[in-house]
Amino acid sequence: MQCQKCAKPATFHITDIIEKGKHREYHFCDEHARQHLAPPEEALEAPSMSEIAKKLVSQPASLREPSPADKQVCPVCQITFLEFRNSGRLGCPYDYEVFREELMPLLENIHGETRHSGKVPRRAPRNTQQQTTLIQLRNELKRAVAAEDYEAAARLRDQIKTIEKEQGR
Amino acid sequence: MTLDDLTKSSGEWLRGTGPESDIVMCSRIRLARNLADFPFTNRASRSEKTEIEANFRAAIAHAHLELSYLDVNGLGTLDRQFLVERQIVSRELANSDGPRGVAISSQENVAIMVNEEDHLRVQYMLSGFRLPEVWESINHLDDQLEEQLAYAFSSELGYLTACPTNVGTGIRVGVMLHLPGLVQTKQIDKVFRALQKINLAVRGLYGEGSQASGDFYQISNQQTLGKSEPELIKILTDVVPQVLQYERNARQTLLTERRQHLHDQVSRAYGVLKTAQTISSEETMLLLSSVRMGINLGLIDDLSIATVNELFIQTQPAFLQKLRGSELGVEERNVERASYLRRRLSNGRQPPPH
Repeated sequence: MQCQKCAKPATFHITDIIEKGKHREYHFCDEHARQHLAPPEEALEAPSMSEIAKKLVSQPASLREPSPADKQVCPVCQITFLEFRNSGRLGCPYDYEVFREELMPLLENIHGETRHSGKVPRRAPRNTQQQTTLIQLRNELKRAVAAEDYEAAARLRDQIKTIEKEQGR
Repeated sequence: MTLDDLTKSSGEWLRGTGPESDIVMCSRIRLARNLADFPFTNRASRSEKTEIEANFRAAIAHAHLELSYLDVNGLGTLDRQFLVERQIVSRELANSDGPRGVAISSQENVAIMVNEEDHLRVQYMLSGFRLPEVWESINHLDDQLEEQLAYAFSSELGYLTACPTNVGTGIRVGVMLHLPGLVQTKQIDKVFRALQKINLAVRGLYGEGSQASGDFYQISNQQTLGKSEPELIKILTDVVPQVLQYERNARQTLLTERRQHLHDQVSRAYGVLKTAQTISSEETMLLLSSVRMGINLGLIDDLSIATVNELFIQTQPAFLQKLRGSELGVEERNVERASYLRRRLSNGRQPPPH
């Protein structure tokens, strides 16, 4: 059977009860079934993007709480997956690797695709490891200062300065 | 450039020039970019934000970009609100705290926010429907910045952003449209639903979460990953002309079926704006929208579009208070607004009285 709204095969057969004793049947493909079942759009204002992300990411997780992924911590910026789920914002570039398994379906949901196509910086981007070294060192420096371990702090500060100098910034 | 200089001028994007400028107020593209060596803004410490700001300021100096940097952290509430009204910074940047700022060009085409949701939000605006031109300019600007700064980028996911909704190209391509015809003929909801179905976002004059006012609507892409920048721009350049056609048809319908009523509505709006002694911001937006359509339909001929465009921004609360040089309550603002409107409209074609 063909979808009522397009040429694709109908994979959903929906019976709507209109009132007592009256019903209507629909035959739709995946996409049109989803459209049919979706609640009517009322709001004209688009919800903010981080709201969308929050919703998308918390929906599946809320069904299987507590999730082991929630406790996962990024070694670079220390954010947990739960914190991301609550705020809709990641903590550092490395999170895309740390939370990869959780993020890929989310990206698919938001964008319909999972691979970048478009502009690439002219300068060859350094690998992620190099990109995150400084973030990590600065975090360690913060912790060393907080722990009043000034010897470690001095060593870390020198390391950071060396890398920054190498990068010419 | 200082903030007070800004009150004496207005952005190029308000000039009402460029293709389709009777409906398309401006074309705008923004790019979300982050520095590879720092956590995203929401996880960055005060000192890291200071460093990000310093790196950025060094980059614009090295690249010889002619931009003025405004330290938003050092500004008071009124001045920050003033920048939001001018579309130079977002509400989010205005209302957050810590080291942050914005670099702008003299014509206000360029505005680069620092330490917003992403480290950098690069924006480029031009009046009229000119998205390919805007892309060319912002792409070049981005290249110049990238020579100085290492952006967080992965070959698989593109430019890495704080919110996964922006990852990939980090681009938002938008146009600001004036759609009074579709509003008055009650077809606007239908058009919005059609746009939302093809995954475009519709927002009001002041972006995310703001109420549409003055019949202005911004239409922009939501997808940022998996399609190239030119592909995403093409979605807009394909769809916007259809919306423009709907708006023109609606205006024609109003002109042929309700000409006298329309002419009366437009003339009364103009009359009130020219003579009122006290007027709210909402009423001003409503009436300016009628007047703007009236000029485009030839029903008003002694006022320029540029003046009306400017008045949408220059009758906002912070602008009036900056102009007056002091904080004003709601009632005082309404009086100040009416007085400013009378001055600007008493001689439609003259430049602002500064």
